[in-house]
Amino acid sequence: MTTAWVPCDSAAVALGADAVADAIAAAGITVRRNGSRGMLWLEPLVELDTGRGRVGYGNISEAEVGALLDGALDDTDRCIGVVDEHEWLARQHRVSFARVGVIEPTDLAAYREHGGLRGLERAVALDPAEVVAQVTASGLRGRGGAGFPAGIKWETVRTAAADVKFVCCNADEGDSGTFADRMLLEGDPFTLVEGMAIAALAVGAAEGYVYLRSEYPHAVRTLRRAIDIAYAHGVLGESVLGSGRRFDLDVRVGAGAYICGEETSMLESLEGRRGEVRAKPPIPALEGLFGRPTVVNNVLTLGAVPMVLADGGEAYAALGVGRSRGTQVFQLAGNVARGGIVEADFGVTLGELVEGWGGGTASGRPVKAVQVGGPLGAYLPTTRFDLPMDYEAFADAGAMVGHGGVVVWDDTLDASVMARFAMEFCAKESCGKCTPCRIGSVRGVEVIDRIRSATDDGVRRTQLVLLEDLCTTMTKGSLCAMGGLTPMPVRSALEHFPEDFGVRADDAHDAVAAIPQSATVTTEGARP
Amino acid sequence: MRQRGPSTAPPPAPADPQRAASVRAVAEQLAGTRGPLLPVLHEVVARHGYVHDDDVAVVADVLNLSRADVHGVLTFYSDLRRTPPPSHRLELCRGEACQARGGEALHTEAAGRWSGSTEVEVAEVFCLGLCAVGPSGTVDGTLHAGLSTERLDSLTHGWPR
Repeated sequence: MTTAWVPCDSAAVALGADAVADAIAAAGITVRRNGSRGMLWLEPLVELDTGRGRVGYGNISEAEVGALLDGALDDTDRCIGVVDEHEWLARQHRVSFARVGVIEPTDLAAYREHGGLRGLERAVALDPAEVVAQVTASGLRGRGGAGFPAGIKWETVRTAAADVKFVCCNADEGDSGTFADRMLLEGDPFTLVEGMAIAALAVGAAEGYVYLRSEYPHAVRTLRRAIDIAYAHGVLGESVLGSGRRFDLDVRVGAGAYICGEETSMLESLEGRRGEVRAKPPIPALEGLFGRPTVVNNVLTLGAVPMVLADGGEAYAALGVGRSRGTQVFQLAGNVARGGIVEADFGVTLGELVEGWGGGTASGRPVKAVQVGGPLGAYLPTTRFDLPMDYEAFADAGAMVGHGGVVVWDDTLDASVMARFAMEFCAKESCGKCTPCRIGSVRGVEVIDRIRSATDDGVRRTQLVLLEDLCTTMTKGSLCAMGGLTPMPVRSALEHFPEDFGVRADDAHDAVAAIPQSATVTTEGARP
Repeated sequence: MRQRGPSTAPPPAPADPQRAASVRAVAEQLAGTRGPLLPVLHEVVARHGYVHDDDVAVVADVLNLSRADVHGVLTFYSDLRRTPPPSHRLELCRGEACQARGGEALHTEAAGRWSGSTEVEVAEVFCLGLCAVGPSGTVDGTLHAGLSTERLDSLTHGWPR
């Protein structure tokens, strides 16, 4: 009898995949639990092994399992054909996500069969400096949002003299609209384990930690199981793949603080303290965890490393545009018809993602705005759909690619509500260490409330000046990106959707023109 | 350097010696790991449902921290409960991606429905990573996506109002 594949990814599970798997197993069919293919609007997406390949059936409920197994769904639109050939997937360039949804997440043999461990084998054979050189040559940049070149960070740690060094993976994926870290951890955790082992060999670290958020209990379980298996097979432990070099890896679970996604705050939390950010310098590469040189990288950064080593840095650098090399795992979220994971080379446009892959809104109404890069990213109107997804092009447009999350909104969006929410969120989640963030965000909520309720244009204009002042103070005066970037969604919402703030479109220019008269900004420009 | 170690005043005797012994065992078991405080507090919540004020002195004593250090960490993280858990707990996502799919109205409605309830707790959560299939939440710890008022009604059927 055939084999059925039912995703164990938590998005599928949250839509009833476990009950579907149980019902299929009860019918005497072998059930294997893969990760998700990333076509989240089709979950639970059940695949049946056939002579043609794995044929997919979307949105299967427990009640439909009988019909599915009888073939009653074969000639309906519920059957999407051979999943690998589906146009939504075939147009992607899956590198980091090549195995996600294809194999069982903790099947080490399947991992190896699909190209896994080749990178680590190569790293074991190379001199540590050569491993770092490969990563530098690849042009790989940090995928957590800041886009810092990974090779430079690694080289700093490698050349630092210390008794102990650490490799830490930041898996505190708290940004709304991002879920690629979670899906990689749940769908192909060995990729991260391998990437961290390579990093450890490269910089001379013997200990590593994955700081994983508590909101992802499925990912915690899967990764812990994968680590146990990796130990049992000599991928981790006292002699990594027989190299004679030790690497121990442990998972630490967060406790519901968004700020712990900031790297220094994460290090504080790992040390068992309040997640308050540290001033930089010193940089974590020199004085990180417990004051020792530490590599801190995002899940997707470390997840890209095995491929960089396996195929060489140049092969990876051949993908992408400008200084954004390789692929990025974009996440289509919010009010989008076909949401999920789109891995593509850098340079794909925002419009291709939202209209092409995303298929517009789920509600069927026109798209009004998209927010790119998480809660601290900019709201962009559809007129900016020509923007290529590339760190520099987005920075030039007053926006950021961030972690690659794209949240779609239809025309019922009130951008002033979301600007207020950005400040409210910052007020709730601020660690409280620096004043611009801790107090500025509270004042921000109040000022936006006054703008939204203003009945008089003069009052509104005064408050707009105050808001701009506040945004400047937060941007320039905050210790970390939380306070520093909260103005980005606020300002972009005001810039692109002034009418939502009660500012008439033709008045918007005047209101903005009044801003340089404020206290913190002079005619010579912003004060340092 | 911050002062570490037990303060000069002896901690008050815990009201529940059995619980204190269990908390002490947890702390002693994990004391050898690096940065043990967060794992210890997680484990106390896992075993006892919450961290009691009396637990602070026990944990501080075992880990050679001040009670203020433990209290500071305990009050920083929203996951670390300091009160006994309710009979039912509903978490609804208020992240932007869920808001774009109607999550905010759902949260407001649920918070209103069980406002003042001692048996049902409605909490906000910022992102469960189910951003393409929201609004999402957890019902007594189990993940659910694609939530609506009707779906929530059936999932919370039988819960006290």
